[in-house]
Amino acid sequence: MDPSKSRDSAESTRVIQFPNDVLERILSLIDSHRDRNAVSLVSKAWYNAERWTRRHVFIGNCYAVSPQIVARRFPNIRSVMLKGKPRFSDFNLVPPNWGADVHGWLAVFADQYPQLEELRLKRMTVTDESLKFLARKFHNFRVLSLLSCDGFSTDGLEAIATDCRHLTELDIQENGIDDISGNWLSCFPENFTSLEVLNFASLSSDVNFDALERLVSQCKSLKILKVNKSITLEQLQRLLVRAPQLTELGTGSFLQELTAHQYEELERAFIGCKYLDALSGLWEATTLYLPVLYPACTNLTFLNLSYAALQSEELAKLVAHCPRLQRLWVLDTVEDVGLEAVASSCPLLEELRVFPADPYDQDINRGVTESGFLAVSLGCRKLHYVLYFCRQMTNAAVARIVQNCPGFTHFRLCIMKPGQPDYLTNEPMDEGFGAVVKTCTNLRRLGVSGLLTDLTFEYIGRYAKNLETLSVAFAGGSDLGMKSILVGCPKLRKLEIRDCPFGNEALLSGLEKYESMRSLWMSACKVTLHGCKTLATQRPRLNVEVMKDEEIDDGQSYKVYVYRTVAGPRTDAPSFVQTLCS
Amino acid sequence: MGKRGAVGLEIMTELRLGLPGAVKPSSNKRVFSEISTTEEKGSTEEPKAPAKNQVVGWPPVCSYRQRNSFNKEKVDRAEAGAGSKAYVKVSMDGALYLRKIDLSMQKGYSDLAFSLEKLFGCHGIGEALNGGEGAEYKLIYEDKDGDWMLVGDVPWEMFMESCRRLRIMKRSEAKDFAILQTRDFLKGTLKDDN
Repeated sequence: MDPSKSRDSAESTRVIQFPNDVLERILSLIDSHRDRNAVSLVSKAWYNAERWTRRHVFIGNCYAVSPQIVARRFPNIRSVMLKGKPRFSDFNLVPPNWGADVHGWLAVFADQYPQLEELRLKRMTVTDESLKFLARKFHNFRVLSLLSCDGFSTDGLEAIATDCRHLTELDIQENGIDDISGNWLSCFPENFTSLEVLNFASLSSDVNFDALERLVSQCKSLKILKVNKSITLEQLQRLLVRAPQLTELGTGSFLQELTAHQYEELERAFIGCKYLDALSGLWEATTLYLPVLYPACTNLTFLNLSYAALQSEELAKLVAHCPRLQRLWVLDTVEDVGLEAVASSCPLLEELRVFPADPYDQDINRGVTESGFLAVSLGCRKLHYVLYFCRQMTNAAVARIVQNCPGFTHFRLCIMKPGQPDYLTNEPMDEGFGAVVKTCTNLRRLGVSGLLTDLTFEYIGRYAKNLETLSVAFAGGSDLGMKSILVGCPKLRKLEIRDCPFGNEALLSGLEKYESMRSLWMSACKVTLHGCKTLATQRPRLNVEVMKDEEIDDGQSYKVYVYRTVAGPRTDAPSFVQTLCS
Repeated sequence: MGKRGAVGLEIMTELRLGLPGAVKPSSNKRVFSEISTTEEKGSTEEPKAPAKNQVVGWPPVCSYRQRNSFNKEKVDRAEAGAGSKAYVKVSMDGALYLRKIDLSMQKGYSDLAFSLEKLFGCHGIGEALNGGEGAEYKLIYEDKDGDWMLVGDVPWEMFMESCRRLRIMKRSEAKDFAILQTRDFLKGTLKDDN
């Protein structure tokens, strides 16, 4: 190849002058929104080709942009994912009626994207009116996924079931809604056949079983079915024989007095589930009925037992049948012994989440400890995602864990008592988390806990060069801690902090950083209104929102939410949210 | 106020509409606390509301999970069970060796019957419990006093507390069967009186 400069520039001119339709054809094959964002920065021609071919838009913060701006830039969107409230709203730190109402978006979409097919919302407020509006206005609507949303009731779901004739996915997860009745399921038309995904596991009302059975029989493409607790084992058996093609199953209640014959039928139904790779539900599962699952577990890659309070032996017996398991969610009732069984039975495990069965009882000493975590790290070398709630931990254990599994991308450790030191040495957990960031160079998400000094944050700032999300609570000694993070972590996108001694100096040390981040949350820290105002003045392209912190009596504590935006201050802020302006 | 424990127990039995075993422990607690408002709040059962020193939103378990967690009953049972499981011996006429069963893991009589059927690989214990005249088996237990009793007469929880061992009797043990059939007859008579 002749590396002469003139040849290069001729080549690059040729590239730019690709006919638009060829460029668009090529770009339409790109799905990842990050890749598309990069593509749009190459040149004006590429920017235009990209925007015309984008079908799916991901908006990580619904207030970072307005629906009008989105519609203006992307004329051909068919699928939208929107995220609303700050993550700490999951833990009741954000008052109700804060915002993130989807209706404003739907109104614009009805006008600009009448062909909209998919809507995925997380932590948004969705009213029944909005659901009815959606069902009425979008005739090609196919996919509705609502995760951790609030504001609607099962009445809204009735409208969706009744009017969305081409619905392929209805996924209702972990929302705070009014579960009035299960009648919505009966609203699907009699000849309805298009459903591929149905998840109503988090609703509690009884649904009409005949309607469900008919739905399952008719929807031959149904791949994912997650029913709620009201569905009995006997009913589950009848559903399974009608849908042996399922790849993901969420059972109903796993406890019912069955006759021997019914038990056998259930066993046979599970033997018939040859394609299952994910299993969840299993409320009240006991030793008595777990064995029926064994034949269906051979190809299981995801097992969610976080609603089944299994004991160690029960888990041990179950996972012995799951050699291909990659993701496991359990309650800490399984204890270290249960985790040891996982370590020996599931060598392919990549993700482990251990939830606390009794998070609010500070007097008990049950659950999992550092040994369980250590055991899993020894047996499961591919482990890279852990969410672990425990009551005791040591620096030495954490260091050994990451030595065994240096590939961690998500390390979320929650020592449940705030400010608890290494229980053996009584020292802060600085060295443990230090080991995490030094060893795990691919770390993208970190959740810290326990007694931590500024040293932990110095380590994070110095070593965690790929860190994108950091959650901090009851930690740190001074402003230096937060400063180290803001100055040190080049890829930081989300920072959420509560109950830490970080003040205005810390807040303002991030002046250069916040516009490259999605958001910052600080509550019960030492920032004052003055500090926030300074930030707002110096960075007009950030929204600096403050809310009086009702839990703290001094009248001077604020919850601060800072995020970059091209839409200016939000117009729907409730009275308790103040957007500080420059 | 007299003996708190005695008063409480009385109230609990008085208000019960069905078998004690059928009433969930949590609803019992509710009834008890509604009545005993003057009692000191020294009960070991704490209400579900957060303790005074509990921090809002900590530990960070998302609100859906908080509201809808696993079956707490099961955990209570496991708590009580750890170290005090109710394993009793079970003998079956004609079987070479005895088995053991954990009563605390059974939810009730039919659960017990089903577990026994699985344990011994037989059918018909459920029918035995339902008192069928032509039943192949009879289920009896030895109580705290050493007496052999017919399984099924008393509320499940009372049974669990007093049962020391179980025996599955076959029809062929004619002598004892006759006695038990008389008992059934008596049981039936008593029922008619009510």
